[in-house]
Amino acid sequence: MKLVYFAWVRERVGKAEEEIEPPASVRTVAELIRWLRGRGDEYAHAFEQAQSIRAAIDRSHVKPDAAIAGAREIAFFPPMTGG
Amino acid sequence: MQPTIRLQREDFDAAAEAALLTRGRTDVGAVVTFAGVCRGAESGEPIAALTLEHYPGMAETEIARHVEEARTRWPLLGVTVIHRYGRIAPGENIVLVITASSHRQAAFAAAEFLMDYLKTRAPFWKQVEGKAGTAWIEAKDDDNAAAARWKKPAGDQAAE
Repeated sequence: MKLVYFAWVRERVGKAEEEIEPPASVRTVAELIRWLRGRGDEYAHAFEQAQSIRAAIDRSHVKPDAAIAGAREIAFFPPMTGG
Repeated sequence: MQPTIRLQREDFDAAAEAALLTRGRTDVGAVVTFAGVCRGAESGEPIAALTLEHYPGMAETEIARHVEEARTRWPLLGVTVIHRYGRIAPGENIVLVITASSHRQAAFAAAEFLMDYLKTRAPFWKQVEGKAGTAWIEAKDDDNAAAARWKKPAGDQAAE
């Protein structure tokens, strides 16, 4: 699946997008965040405060307990500040 | 009614966009135009510019979804939402929301509803450029509270 990052999540991870293949045991957005944290210091830093991270699956907002099965694109970003 | 929704780097002309909603029709009795403008200071500190990042694809979809919701809540005759992205200097436009209806209550309420949702749910992020470098603006509790007030059933809105 494709991951895309925005704002300070993008800056901390150091890239705007990437393709990943998490193990089958990673089933939800919250589990994916935990798994990402283990991928390196930049991920640990970007995802250290899970409550400050918002997620979208295939361009719709989702909660941390959302299942990631079948997702094509998962986005991680800070709380939105548009308008 | 076909709403106009645009994301663009370029500036917009609020008066010209508002005129488009009433051109050639006589059923519109109220047009509310809201323009969000880049301030020259943030938290008391002067800023050089704002940079708006967005999630292409999702931003359009989210705005369209909220425009549709506004149309189910209020009898709207026209809606225009234009949101800019990229670098925006103090004094420049950021966002435009225009709502047209037969009467003012629906136009005012729908414009506020759309702005409250753009602030908290549309995937845009503002970065401030100041003397000390750049910093991402944090989400404000006030904005979240403003958006939360629309969560009550649509029927309650009509009574206000």
